[in-house]
Amino acid sequence: MTDIKFLVKRNIKMFFKDKGLFFTSLITPFILLVLYSTFLSNVYKSSFVENLPKGFKVADSLINGLVGGQLIGSLLAVSCITVAFCSNMLMVQDKFNGARDDFRITPVKSSHLALGYFLATLTCTFIICLFAMVAGLIYIACIGWYITATDILMLILTLFIMVIFGTSLSSVINFFLSSQGQISAVGSLVSSVYGFICGAYMPISTFSDGLQKVISFLPGTYGTSLIKQNALRGVFEEMSKTHFPSKEIEMIKDSIDYNLYFFDNKVSTLSMYAIISGFSIAMLLLYILMNKFSKKTK
Amino acid sequence: MNAIEVKNLKKYFGEVKAVDDISLKVKQGELFAFLGLNGAGKSTTISIICGALKKDEGKVFVNGFDIDTDIDKIKNDIGIVFQGSALDKPLSVLENLRSRAALYGISGKEFDERMTKINEMFELEQVLKRPYGKLSGGQKRRVDFARALIHNPKILILDEPTTGLDPQSRIMVWNTVDKLRKERGLTVFLTTHYMEEAAEADFVVILDSGKTVAEGTPNFLKEKYSSDSVKVYNDVEKETLKQRNLDFTEENGYINIKAKNIAEAKKIIIENADIFDDFEIIKGKMDDVFLNATGKALQGGDE
Repeated sequence: MTDIKFLVKRNIKMFFKDKGLFFTSLITPFILLVLYSTFLSNVYKSSFVENLPKGFKVADSLINGLVGGQLIGSLLAVSCITVAFCSNMLMVQDKFNGARDDFRITPVKSSHLALGYFLATLTCTFIICLFAMVAGLIYIACIGWYITATDILMLILTLFIMVIFGTSLSSVINFFLSSQGQISAVGSLVSSVYGFICGAYMPISTFSDGLQKVISFLPGTYGTSLIKQNALRGVFEEMSKTHFPSKEIEMIKDSIDYNLYFFDNKVSTLSMYAIISGFSIAMLLLYILMNKFSKKTK
Repeated sequence: MNAIEVKNLKKYFGEVKAVDDISLKVKQGELFAFLGLNGAGKSTTISIICGALKKDEGKVFVNGFDIDTDIDKIKNDIGIVFQGSALDKPLSVLENLRSRAALYGISGKEFDERMTKINEMFELEQVLKRPYGKLSGGQKRRVDFARALIHNPKILILDEPTTGLDPQSRIMVWNTVDKLRKERGLTVFLTTHYMEEAAEADFVVILDSGKTVAEGTPNFLKEKYSSDSVKVYNDVEKETLKQRNLDFTEENGYINIKAKNIAEAKKIIIENADIFDDFEIIKGKMDDVFLNATGKALQGGDE
């Protein structure tokens, strides 16, 4: 197991020392921050205030808590995937810069190599997501804090599951890549498209019915919703305490993807965890099988 | 026992016969040169020998171990210096060597002991903490050698180790190889397209389009595939040379007289001592060997 330990260490160091990989992984979260700070935050706030029942007043901190919760929910949902993809690009880079040839002349098993990439990506992504979460929580603490310790623990657990999801998905896709051009293509695609299809840039509820139905088949969507649930649970509880109409609360939850529907059936939180975990396990098994049955040597 | 033995090795990539029925033997402690143009099959053969590429047909034995059944033992016995850089540029030299050593199961105290020896051998102390990517060409090559030898292999494979290096770094590489052979008795398997490097080998195999076209010691190959000559620098009447049936050409400032071998060159000098005042015998060159064996000129042949 010494070889796996050193491979993981090497891969983690490579990610954090390779400025290309590291900063590329932060592009999408950065875009999201820019979107929120420039207009999304204001759009959500004014939309929320305009839809309040007549004569109903809500504390600014509650509105800020709602918008802030959406921000870190979106930010973390995107980071779990895009950071994982960029970090896992190391396995592709190693193919064309000669490092893989250097590994193949050693007695190290190909399964250990694969595990080394997986664990390193998992670690790098989780570290960055935890930092993003702490930064997000500090931001929320400044504008409107309604999060409990249990919410934070659940957020960390959800984040971990999402990081496994991102790592296993990127492992399967990156397995087939072998050139710098392919890295750029897949990296750009994931960075630009994932934010939309997981409902991070814009809530899925704002999309057309047909598109919503298509997106409801994508497991990442449920991950975004789970993170939002953990970040916003306290806000909605506070709304209930302030006698906010429950019908209105449900409407808000629907509009920001706190609630998700699969062909008009509301998906329970437990089902969401089952979907994201099940898909992650399936991808992981696929990755193991691909490594097992791919030709070690051409 | 041979260090490396290859029997009827074949590797095809679709229509391309990269390695086409090659057989060779490398004796222990020998400097073996594998000579050929790019695409001749040198790197493919090496990749198969070290287990990085699957063969189509044939047998390969390294130190008596069969590549089909004992590949892990073989990998522990082989160190490779790749033509291009295979180490991680952002990581320091020490981090690179530590992570690669771990792949051979070497870590902790064992690694520290190994590093002490490697440090002595390649004088890496001053560059250990510097990123590999920021080293000069010569420094990088020293680190590449250190990486190849970190697990104490018995066979060192050098895949065109001096290509692209400046003359000073090339000398450094060859001093290192000589030192390793003398001090550690390493078997060195060299692929090159530099004639002067092949001329220093104990045994040479010339490859062309995946096939062995010539093999032997450099002297044997020169004897078989090239001719010696006598260079005469003093003025000689051309008519006299023609009358004496000498096969000669006029070059820039001298006359070149062809001889089949050294014995004939000696005979030419003795028989024509009355007209030769300033002369020398020139042995056949490896460039001629390659040209005559393959019908192709080799780049870098500046012997």
